[in-house]
Amino acid sequence: MATDQLSKSPPEVLYLRPTHGLAALNLRDLWVYRELVLFFTWRDILVRYKQTVLGAAWAVIQPVIQMVVFTFIFSRVAGSSPEGVPYPIFNYTALLPWGLFSKALNDAGRSLVTNRNMITKIYFPRLTIPVSSVLAGLVDFGIASLVYIVIILYYSFAPGSTYRFVIGPALLALPLFLILALVATLGVSLWFSAMNVIYRDVGHILPFLTQIWFFVTPIVYSSSEVSNKWQILYALNPLTGVVEGFRWSLLGTHSLPWQLILVSAGAAVVILITGLIYFRNMERTFADEI
Amino acid sequence: MNDIAVRVEDLGKRYRIGTAPERYKTLRDTIIAGARAPIERLRRGSSGMKKAAGTDLIWALRNITFEVPRGKVFGIVGRNGAGKSTLLKILSRVTEPTEGSAEIHGRVGSLLEVGTGFHPELTGRENIYLNGAILGMKRLEIERKFDEIVAFSEVEQFIDTPVKRYSSGMYLRLAFAVAAHLEPEILVVDEVLAVGDAEFQRKCMGKMSDVAQAGRTVLFVSHNMSAVLRLTEETLVLDKGRLVYRAPTMQAVDFYMASGFTGAGERLWTPGEIPAEAAPFTPQALRLRDARGQVSETLRSTEPIHVEVEYHLSQAITGLRVGIYLLTMRGEYVFTSFDTDDLQQFEQMGIRQPGTYISRCIIPANTLNEGRYFLAVNASAFRVKRYFWDDHALAFTVDATGAPGKQWPEPRMGPMRPALDWKVERL
Repeated sequence: MATDQLSKSPPEVLYLRPTHGLAALNLRDLWVYRELVLFFTWRDILVRYKQTVLGAAWAVIQPVIQMVVFTFIFSRVAGSSPEGVPYPIFNYTALLPWGLFSKALNDAGRSLVTNRNMITKIYFPRLTIPVSSVLAGLVDFGIASLVYIVIILYYSFAPGSTYRFVIGPALLALPLFLILALVATLGVSLWFSAMNVIYRDVGHILPFLTQIWFFVTPIVYSSSEVSNKWQILYALNPLTGVVEGFRWSLLGTHSLPWQLILVSAGAAVVILITGLIYFRNMERTFADEI
Repeated sequence: MNDIAVRVEDLGKRYRIGTAPERYKTLRDTIIAGARAPIERLRRGSSGMKKAAGTDLIWALRNITFEVPRGKVFGIVGRNGAGKSTLLKILSRVTEPTEGSAEIHGRVGSLLEVGTGFHPELTGRENIYLNGAILGMKRLEIERKFDEIVAFSEVEQFIDTPVKRYSSGMYLRLAFAVAAHLEPEILVVDEVLAVGDAEFQRKCMGKMSDVAQAGRTVLFVSHNMSAVLRLTEETLVLDKGRLVYRAPTMQAVDFYMASGFTGAGERLWTPGEIPAEAAPFTPQALRLRDARGQVSETLRSTEPIHVEVEYHLSQAITGLRVGIYLLTMRGEYVFTSFDTDDLQQFEQMGIRQPGTYISRCIIPANTLNEGRYFLAVNASAFRVKRYFWDDHALAFTVDATGAPGKQWPEPRMGPMRPALDWKVERL
C-alpha cells in the first residue's frame, strides 16, 4: 500500500537498464500483482456476456449444443457406447477440459493485442493478461461442469438406462487433471499471445489450429483406437493426457493409462516453461512492437 | 540515506522506424503493407530482433543524464517528437532503454493518458476498481479511497451506469479521479491537462500541487507553459532526443520559448521537421509582420498584424485549406481561421495547382490583449486528410502600449482586447 511504502524508508530502488540475454523469469512480480490478475479475470467474465440477450446462459448453451452435434455425427463412428458409457457422456467428459483449453487459447492468444492501449501506456507485469484470460475460462468450465452433473443424473435415473455413475477414489485425482489442463492451456497460450504481438498471423492461424487440435485429441473417439506404436507420439499432445485422465477419473471404465498421462504431463510442463521463457524475452519489446 | 528520487545516466532509446505505432490510412496502403508485411516480418525475424539496417533506426532519446531530488516538482518541456514521452515511458517501465540506465527510488505512478484501461461496458464503479488495480493500487486501498474518488469525479449519480454512456467530460473526470488518488512516491504526468474544460483543468492542477506539497516527486510534461511555470521548480528542455538545457523553470521556459524558432517572428521548416505524410504539401515559412511590413516577434495590439504562410505543393490538392490557430500560452484556443473561409474564395480554390504559394491574412488592430501567443499551422482537406500540423509553429508577444484602457496599469482578463464603441448616456 502506498502509505505504508511511504513511511518505509528508504524505498526500494529500481534499476532500469537494457537487458541482454535470457530474461529472468521473475515470477514474484506476478505474485505482487495477483490482485490485478483477479481483476482482469473478473473484467473478462463481466464483459463477456454484457449486452447479450441470453447472458450467462451462453456458457451452458455452447457446450451442450456441441455435445448434441457430436453425438449426432460421431456416435456411429465410435460405436454407440464406447467403453460401455453412453456416447453423450463419453463425449462430454472430454469436452469439459477441451472447452477450457480452446476457449482460453483463443482468448489468451489475442489478449495482449486487445489490451494494447494499456500495454503501451502503463507498466504492470504483462503475464497478468494471458494468465487472467486462462483463469476466466475456468468460470465457463465450472458452468459446463454443472451441466455435466445434470447429464449424469439424467442417464443414471432415466428408465431403461444401464448407466450408473461410479463414485470411486479415482474422482479424487480429478483436480490433478484439471491442474494439468491449466498447465497445458497456459503454456500454449503464452506462446501464442507473445507471438501474436509480433506476428498478427497468429490471429488467423488460431481458429483452424484449434480445429486440427480438436481432432488429434481423443474427444470424439477414444485414444485406444490409435495404434499402439503411435501412442507415445500421440501423447505428446498434452490434451491427450488431460482428456484420458478426465475419462479415467470420471467414467472409471478402464485402467489408468499412466504412461500416456506421464508423457502428456511432461509435454505440458515443457510447453509451460518454454512458454514462460519465450514470453519473458518477448515482453521487453511488447510496448514497442505491439 | 540519499535523497535522490530519480537518477538517469546516459539514457538512450532507439526505435526501428515502422515499429512506432502507425495506422494504415487507406485501403490501398493497407493492401500494399499487407502484401509487403510477410517479407518484412521474415526479414526482421531472421535478424533476430536486433539491429536491422542502420537507416531504419532512429534515436528517440540519447545521452540523457540528470537527477531529480526527492520532493521536487520537475518539468520536462520540448516540442513534439523531442523525446519527452519516450523518457516518461522508460521511467514508468513501459519500455526498456536501449542504452544507459535509470534508478528509480520508490513507487512510480504514471498519469500518461487518462482513462487507459477503462472498459466501456463496465460501470463507473467497476471501472474505478479495475483502473485502480491496473495503476497498481490494492483492493483495500481502492475501497478506502472509493468515496473520495467518486466525490472528486462528480459522477455520483451515474456511478452504476456503464461508462460508454458517459459524456466525454464525465469519463475524463472519473479517469483522472482514479489516477489522482494513486499515492506514488514519484508521479509521472504527461499532458493530462490538454483535455477537459477550464474548471476540470483547474481541479487537476489543484490536485497536482497537493501531491507536490505532500513531499512527493513529480515529473511533469506539458505544452502548457503556464502550468509548468506554476507547478515546477526546475525544468529540463529536450530537443530531438537530447537534453539541451536544465535550469530553474523560469529560465528554462524562457530558453525553450526563445529556442527552436528559426528567427524572431519567423518560422522556417527544415526537411527533417516535415513528416512524410505531409506530401505533397511542404510548409516553408510562417511570418508575422507589423504594420510597416517588418518581420517582428513583438507586435503592437493597436496595429494590424500580418500573417503569412508560405508553402509548396508538388501536386495539385483538391479542397486544400491552409490556416492558422491562435493559442494563448496556457494552450487555450483564441481562434481558428482558414484561407478558404470566404465562400467565394472557397469556390475559386477548389483545386490548388502545384506551385509555391503564400496565404496571407491580417489580424485587425485592437484584437489581442497583451501577452505571449502561439501560432499553429494546419493544412488539410476537410474530412479527407490532414497534410500538415504544427501546434507550436511560432511564438510571439503582443504589446498593448496605447491600447484601450491602458490608462489603468492593470492586466486585463482574457486574450482579447477589443476597442469597443462605448456610449454613456445619462438618463
